[in-house]
Amino acid sequence: MNAGTLLQIAQTLLAIALAPLLLGWTNQCRAWMQGRGAPPITQPYRTLRKLFHKDAVIAHTASPLFRFAPYMIFACMALAAGIVPMIANDLPFSPAADAIALVGVFALARVFQALAAMDIGTSFGSLGARREMLVSFLAEPALLMVFFTASLISQSTELPHIVETLAHKEFAIYPSLAFAAVAFWMISVAENARIPVDNPTTHLELTMIHEAMILEYSARHLALIEWAVALKLFTYSALGIALFLPWGIAPAGDYAALPLALLALFVKLAGGGAVLAFMETISAKMRLFRVPEFLGTAFLLAVLGMLIHFLLEV
Amino acid sequence: MLELLPLDWAWAIVLYWLILAGTGLLMQSRPRLITGLVFPLGAVGALAISAVGLMGLIQPASHFILPIGLPDLPFHLRLDALSAFFLVLLGGAAFGVTIYAVGYLRGMERGSLALLAMWYHLFLAGMTMVLLADDAYAFMVAWEVMALSSYFLVTTDHDVPEIRRAGFLYLLIAHVGAVSLLLCFGVLQGGAVANASAYTFDYMRNAEMTPFWASAAFLLALFGFGAKAGLVPLHVWLPEAHPAAPSPVSALMSGVMLKTAIYGLLRVTFDLLNAQQGWWGTLALALGLITALYGVIFAAVQSDMKRLLAWSSIENIGIIIAGFGLALIFYADGKGALAALAMTALLYHSLNHAFFKGLLFVGTGTVLHATGARNLGRLGGLIRYLPWTAWLTLIGALSIAGLPPLNGFVSDWLLLQAFLLTPGLSQPYLNMVIPVAAATVALASALAAYVMVKFYGVIFLGQPREPGLVHARATKWPERFGMIWLASGCVLLGVFPTQVIGWISPAVLLLTGQSMVNDGNWLTLAPVDADRASYAPLVFLAVVLVVLLLTFIIVRKIYHGRVRRADPWDCGYPEQTARMQDSAEGFGQPVRQIFESFMRVERETPDPFDRKPQYRGDSRDRLWLLLYAPIARLTDWISDQAGRVQHGRIQWYLIYSFATLIFLLVFVTR
Repeated sequence: MNAGTLLQIAQTLLAIALAPLLLGWTNQCRAWMQGRGAPPITQPYRTLRKLFHKDAVIAHTASPLFRFAPYMIFACMALAAGIVPMIANDLPFSPAADAIALVGVFALARVFQALAAMDIGTSFGSLGARREMLVSFLAEPALLMVFFTASLISQSTELPHIVETLAHKEFAIYPSLAFAAVAFWMISVAENARIPVDNPTTHLELTMIHEAMILEYSARHLALIEWAVALKLFTYSALGIALFLPWGIAPAGDYAALPLALLALFVKLAGGGAVLAFMETISAKMRLFRVPEFLGTAFLLAVLGMLIHFLLEV
Repeated sequence: MLELLPLDWAWAIVLYWLILAGTGLLMQSRPRLITGLVFPLGAVGALAISAVGLMGLIQPASHFILPIGLPDLPFHLRLDALSAFFLVLLGGAAFGVTIYAVGYLRGMERGSLALLAMWYHLFLAGMTMVLLADDAYAFMVAWEVMALSSYFLVTTDHDVPEIRRAGFLYLLIAHVGAVSLLLCFGVLQGGAVANASAYTFDYMRNAEMTPFWASAAFLLALFGFGAKAGLVPLHVWLPEAHPAAPSPVSALMSGVMLKTAIYGLLRVTFDLLNAQQGWWGTLALALGLITALYGVIFAAVQSDMKRLLAWSSIENIGIIIAGFGLALIFYADGKGALAALAMTALLYHSLNHAFFKGLLFVGTGTVLHATGARNLGRLGGLIRYLPWTAWLTLIGALSIAGLPPLNGFVSDWLLLQAFLLTPGLSQPYLNMVIPVAAATVALASALAAYVMVKFYGVIFLGQPREPGLVHARATKWPERFGMIWLASGCVLLGVFPTQVIGWISPAVLLLTGQSMVNDGNWLTLAPVDADRASYAPLVFLAVVLVVLLLTFIIVRKIYHGRVRRADPWDCGYPEQTARMQDSAEGFGQPVRQIFESFMRVERETPDPFDRKPQYRGDSRDRLWLLLYAPIARLTDWISDQAGRVQHGRIQWYLIYSFATLIFLLVFVTR
């Protein structure tokens, strides 16, 4: 096993291990900003541990698909975490899937989530599935446009190549990327079921999207889904960092830069989590049918970024 | 020694199918022999034709003249790489569907079974001849055989008025399209009226054409083949005709017959006209994108499962035509390598669509047989009663939703990569606008995922919406085998794209003069340049499986596998019934609300005090009302006016004849 493979596995495991920490940090920041007593930063780990120890309660009507879906969702998210360059840039696995395939991985997880939600046949399950698919078909084209804009500069849809170009080859400020970054932020908020699109802490029937889909899950299945949610947030954050703040990610073959890269990742993630908490504190959840406008704006921003690339940067 | 070329095999198989068609008709009194012998033999023919196609892809083009047809224009046949590719598509999909039909058609009423066997094999023979024809006359004959036999297949249940109506609409639009094709060939042969050999494709290939007439020929071809493929606004017959046919026939029509139109379009545009002008591509791209979006939006609001799939076929045809437009734009701009990439994407998508749409249509056939219901509102929970069908259909649904590592994703990915390369075009503006058009493809494929969650979730998941569904029972082996064949096609086409692209490349080479460059190894698909983009589905699949397995083992080892069964929780609400799940209409509601301007929605909402509330929401095609309804009204009006002169009285008719005679005499004597 060569160093690259080891690094690949290490990075993926690191992401899996640290993902709940990011969630805990964001929750902590949000509690501080809202003037509440904050839960400890390790709270998500405790929740996971508790859930893994419980007996799974499954509805009589559940099919094997229902029990299979959490594993599938978790596997997809782990795969996604393996594709995105987080600390190092030479990942042997990343030629297997580029940015477009990454969108496909997220879509695969989402479709399984939605199908599992419809499996029991409760009113909330299908409601959640429908809303989730609505948000996703609006977000997906916008996300692709962001990737297209980023790929125009480096002439590649491979994430390591994009990072290499932006971080190590050409130190320039690209106005097109500024637009793409704002669009990406809006899309990540929608895809990760955060305020203002969805509220991860509510079980109010009028507003919930993601929570409605996982109501029937318990114990280890729920734990896997919760972990996958944390991992998705982590991967999206790392993706945002890789595309828009790539400075610090270790170039290919440069192992001495790894500790610094790890530190940079921590700092950036902590900053990102705090900003996310801040945005969630100052905004309110929007009506479901305002979401198309929200994501339409994100899409147009990404398109604008692309046009600016053609007008200014070619 | 007599050496048999692939072409000889191909027309021998056509003959074999014709004999089977006759045999099927003769065996009217032996229905068991028809399903037990004629259809399996037909399936063997399909398998053979795909083998012939594979041979044809690697061998040089061969000609043959069949001494039938017009006196001075016998049937010219030709098998080149393009025909061979479509033969593989036809054979591969038709094999699975025909095997499925063996199980599906058992227990069908005798007389119609014999007729069905005849038209079915005639249909297969007709489609094959379309692919082999090398002159306009043979092509049109084969085209008509295909259209007519499929018309009779659509109207198998002709005692239902709606099906007769659907069949008529199909026949009408097929013939409007055929007239356009006839005109197209007339233009292509370039006014050499006296010479019958001018109608061979060989002559047309070398004919010099002015840009104006070339464009006219292209537009006529786009209209004629577009009518067959279901290009908006000529799509109206498709959601009517495809659901009306028996499921194996729907599968063939959607999976294979639509592709013959794609074949014709490629043959005329790239082979005969040599794809001269870039604006053709822009037009095709725009129409394709509109079709894709239109199709998928309507698919999302359907509540009849086969109609939903028919609309989804329109979407896929739109994506294929968009790829065709892109290939044309690149080709006319002199970017051969990029044209090859777009062409590969569109051929790949055609092949994929044949497999996954065939699979989904036969899946609905099994559901229809087991439950007798086509409306999504009467289904639900079938994964528990039809597990084979449910899991195999899941593969088809995930494929068509464009999810990795299945086949739909590969062609979507290739097409998106081709879109991303448009900044290399030399035209200003075009190279800026087209990447945005890629977003339309992305939107269509994301919506396709929505449609498939709806389709699969409402039919197979949840609780049964009707009490009778619990008695739905499993399928027989031929049906299962047919579905397994199609499903493994979806998986293999998804996992081994580099090999498949290697097979397709002679066809791509024929059309664009270059074949797609794969910069990766056998595992990795990397069009143009490995630094640009790459995708390795096998690695992808392996990693997903390994992580799945590891997660499962670790969770089970470290913790436990205890499970307790209970009633659904649903936020503590105790009185759950199956009617509280989303109906098909409910699931489509967000799409209907967002894209309301595309359709005319008719709603009937109940009164709050109604004791037996009924809700009805119907989304209608606006284009039907805008384009077709006026034409239908005008035709009605003209025929009404014409009816005035028809009284049924002999005196009046004599007067008409007399007046006509006088009128003509005036001309003659002048």
